Amino acid sequence: MEKNVLLAAENLGLKRQGKTILSDVNLSLHESEIVTLIGPNGAGKTSLIRILLGLSEASEGKVYRRADLRIGYVPQRTTINPVLPLRVRDFLQLGARYSDDEIAQVLEEVGVSHITDSAIQNISGGELQRVLLGRALLKRPNVLVLDEPAQGVDIIGQQALYKMIAAIRDHHACGVLMVSHDLHLVMAATDQVICLNTHVCCTGHPDHISEHPEYLKLFGDALDGMAVYSHVHDHEHELDGAIVCTHHEDCSHRHG
Amino acid sequence: MKIAVIVMDDFIINALVAGIGLALLAGSLGCIVVWRRMAYFGDTLAHSALLGVALAVSADILPILGVAIIGIVLASLLYWLEKKQDLSNDTLLGIMSHSALALGLIFLSVAQKQGSNVDLMAYLFGDILAVSREELVWIYAGVVLVLSLFAYLWRDLLSISVHEELARTDGVSVNRTRFMFMLLLALTIAVAIKVVGVLLITALLVIPAASARLYSKTPLQMVMLSMLFAMLSVVLGLGASLYWDAPTAPAMVVAAAIVFFVSSVVRSRR
Repeated sequence: MEKNVLLAAENLGLKRQGKTILSDVNLSLHESEIVTLIGPNGAGKTSLIRILLGLSEASEGKVYRRADLRIGYVPQRTTINPVLPLRVRDFLQLGARYSDDEIAQVLEEVGVSHITDSAIQNISGGELQRVLLGRALLKRPNVLVLDEPAQGVDIIGQQALYKMIAAIRDHHACGVLMVSHDLHLVMAATDQVICLNTHVCCTGHPDHISEHPEYLKLFGDALDGMAVYSHVHDHEHELDGAIVCTHHEDCSHRHG
Repeated sequence: MKIAVIVMDDFIINALVAGIGLALLAGSLGCIVVWRRMAYFGDTLAHSALLGVALAVSADILPILGVAIIGIVLASLLYWLEKKQDLSNDTLLGIMSHSALALGLIFLSVAQKQGSNVDLMAYLFGDILAVSREELVWIYAGVVLVLSLFAYLWRDLLSISVHEELARTDGVSVNRTRFMFMLLLALTIAVAIKVVGVLLITALLVIPAASARLYSKTPLQMVMLSMLFAMLSVVLGLGASLYWDAPTAPAMVVAAAIVFFVSSVVRSRR
């Protein structure tokens, strides 16, 4: 195995109750690389992630994990048990003890330092997503695994989220493995896209994948009848939704 | 006359000490029971305790030991079945809970027919005023053992209660922790059998923890408050039962329920 490979799957297969969920899957994640795993519902994306994380066993094939691997895992949109009184601060302390400074720093990095002492059940879904990301970062991971981080987040929010993930990759120099069902917004930051539908349909750099016939076969019909609308914006939104003017002084729209 | 007073003092003190011991266990473990929605599981273990009593009677050992043994066996069985079976957890518990209760009742009635002096009511609803010195020693051995293991497992228990999957990725052995907690619960039932009996122990696990939830901001706060509420219920219940000559275990449960309703009202008014 090459030295800078952090995590790899070799000829991975999974059968459950006679049904083939994964077959002959190969993938590898290198240092500071962003790999995006896409595929339709039931394609086996989450099963594959669970095997890579060591949460479940494959029926065939091998998983390679580099010896010094520290995985930070951000699960699919989830809820935290509401009967348990827990502040965001306590939640971050569950895996190991961290100093107040470390916690403040990481919450700052993911942009939610204002909720440090809020009950975790009272924060919004988007905030929870960021807290989960912060929780993963506290472990100083060299691999960050994100399962559908953009689920239920609007386009503007997704953009901000992807920018943040790219910044985290640059800052922490960790490999990122991300699951998504949305190709278009991922393409900007990602190094390699793997299209999964039980087996690996195709892989490649995002610029190429949208022309790949296997990809078109998978998503072509679903995308039929939909169009891409090109926004021509003269402003951007900050994380809190405030409008930032990006053109001239005498802009006509109202500032919030 | 003077002797009578001293004797009475003695059994009340024994009862109080036993009750507080149980309150410490039920209050702390009850939080996990509430967090992990294990009330029905607690019920099932408690119902199986009658089998343990029957075993103890036939083997001529203290009931608390028989109950502990049967509880550990049943917890292991349930843990194993949960992994194997396709049935949902509550169906499985429904089967085990009532079969264990029925079996226990049959065995006890057989024992009674064979002439052993078993008071069924004492095991169903406890007999705290008859706790002996020897039993007190066993109760506190249980309290110390369970509380130390609980403290040792605390971080892992908390992690799996918040989110099992995340705990697993943190390297917590989820199954081992779950199983250990089942065993601790089995031991708690054994401690409880003399104090509140098999039918009411779940109430002492759940109600003080529910009251504590209303006022807690952190998990540890909830555990501390829950122990406090459980002790309050035990003391109030014991006092009420002596004052009005009411059955003790039901009085404790009623006291716990009153504490809960008062806390709810106070809480919602703020």
